[in-house]
Amino acid sequence: MRDVVTGTPGVLEVSGLSIARDGKVLLDVPHLCLDGPGPTLILGPNGAGKSLLLRCLHGLIQPDRGRVCQNGVVLNAGHKARQAMVFQSPVLLRRSVAANLDFVLKRQSMPRALRKRRIEALLAEGGLDGKARQPARSLSGGEAQRLAILRALALDPETLFLDEPTSALDPSATQMIERMVLRASTRGVRIVMVTHDIGQARRLASDIVMMQAGYVVEHGAARRVLETPESDDSRRYLAGGLVT
Amino acid sequence: MLIWWYIVQGFAAEFNQALSLILNGDAELWAIVLLSLRVSIFAVLISAVIGMPIGAALAVARFPGRRVMIILVNALMGFPPVVVGLLVYLMLSRSGPLGVLELLYTPTAMIIAQVVLVTPIMAALTRQVVEMLAEEYSEQLRSLGVSRLASVPVLLWDARLALVTALLAGFGRAIAEVGAVIIVGGNINHVTRVMTTTIALETSKGNLALALALGVILIGLAVVVNAMVSTLTLRAEREGLRHA
Repeated sequence: MRDVVTGTPGVLEVSGLSIARDGKVLLDVPHLCLDGPGPTLILGPNGAGKSLLLRCLHGLIQPDRGRVCQNGVVLNAGHKARQAMVFQSPVLLRRSVAANLDFVLKRQSMPRALRKRRIEALLAEGGLDGKARQPARSLSGGEAQRLAILRALALDPETLFLDEPTSALDPSATQMIERMVLRASTRGVRIVMVTHDIGQARRLASDIVMMQAGYVVEHGAARRVLETPESDDSRRYLAGGLVT
Repeated sequence: MLIWWYIVQGFAAEFNQALSLILNGDAELWAIVLLSLRVSIFAVLISAVIGMPIGAALAVARFPGRRVMIILVNALMGFPPVVVGLLVYLMLSRSGPLGVLELLYTPTAMIIAQVVLVTPIMAALTRQVVEMLAEEYSEQLRSLGVSRLASVPVLLWDARLALVTALLAGFGRAIAEVGAVIIVGGNINHVTRVMTTTIALETSKGNLALALALGVILIGLAVVVNAMVSTLTLRAEREGLRHA
């Protein structure tokens, strides 16, 4: 449920979350509360557990222990239906650009005429107007990722998870994606985005979750974490050191 | 040398006669061709209706014994046609369990035999194609709230070009089949005589013209089917519909 006063989605809270494989801890998050109105960026090196945490938050992976709650209620099918996720490599259906959006809208039992108008509006928002009939798989990397975000937004989600959506894109394509993300955030969609790009965190984040080797080493307001990091791992990572 | 000359002359005469049978629209020849096409097309369509959902289910569902079933389906692809013919014969013969239907030595019996031969091909190829696609789509479809069962039509539709290729491969197997159809069809003139069985019979009788004419048409069909597969593959590559 969105907060009726601020228009932002409710509190997303993690407690006692852990995943281990072959005796190795992949994720261990005793407590994490995402309640700010702006984008949350999960920052850290490869293998820090960022994508794993994102998948747990979205309910794609069941942790060994612990739980994810939204407004104090354990994540259920109703919550998941109001979430969407965009992956690092966009997974587009082997159909036209418009059909990729239509697929999601049809599942919401939206009438045909309304779907058509919504698709046009979405394509305009993503700068893909004129490409409606083009096969989705023939889009460029940036266009494909924009379509993946539009398809996620077509679900009208309360929370949008993004797993390094710009890691393979050039600066201009990255800028377009970042604008879309900020517009969605302004409209009240909670953004939880994984990145290892410090510049991107600086540009987008309202709060930052710093991760290292499966642990949350720091969580706080973006400016505070970026300017005066409290943990050694955060300091090294933000200073551009090779954190492994 | 003289003997060789006579052989070449004889072959040329038979070949000329074969071409004239084709070009002059010989009624008997074209009746055999049409019956062959009717039997094989029906068989392939029925095999697709049975085999494709089985293949998709094997690709998507997880149940005990799934691996064994996959091995079984793959093994059935190489089932000897004469054995299939024998088994269908035993089922349809007067003393067999389906003898009361009186289907032996009818085109229906030939369709049944071809269905038994082609269905494993359809199921195995569909399983392979859909499993690859399911791996790629799995997280995205779950994120969009699509259940495992509901993902089957999505996967089948998105694998459509590869499945048409499977359909054509099945048709190739069916139209070239001789062992099973001669057992259950009986090679009865104007009733169950198809291209392959006629070639076998006419060659043994020394009537090479008709056998050659049917051989030319059979090769022509093989070329057309292969050209269609190549065209579809090219189109799939161009439109980005090929599997990763």
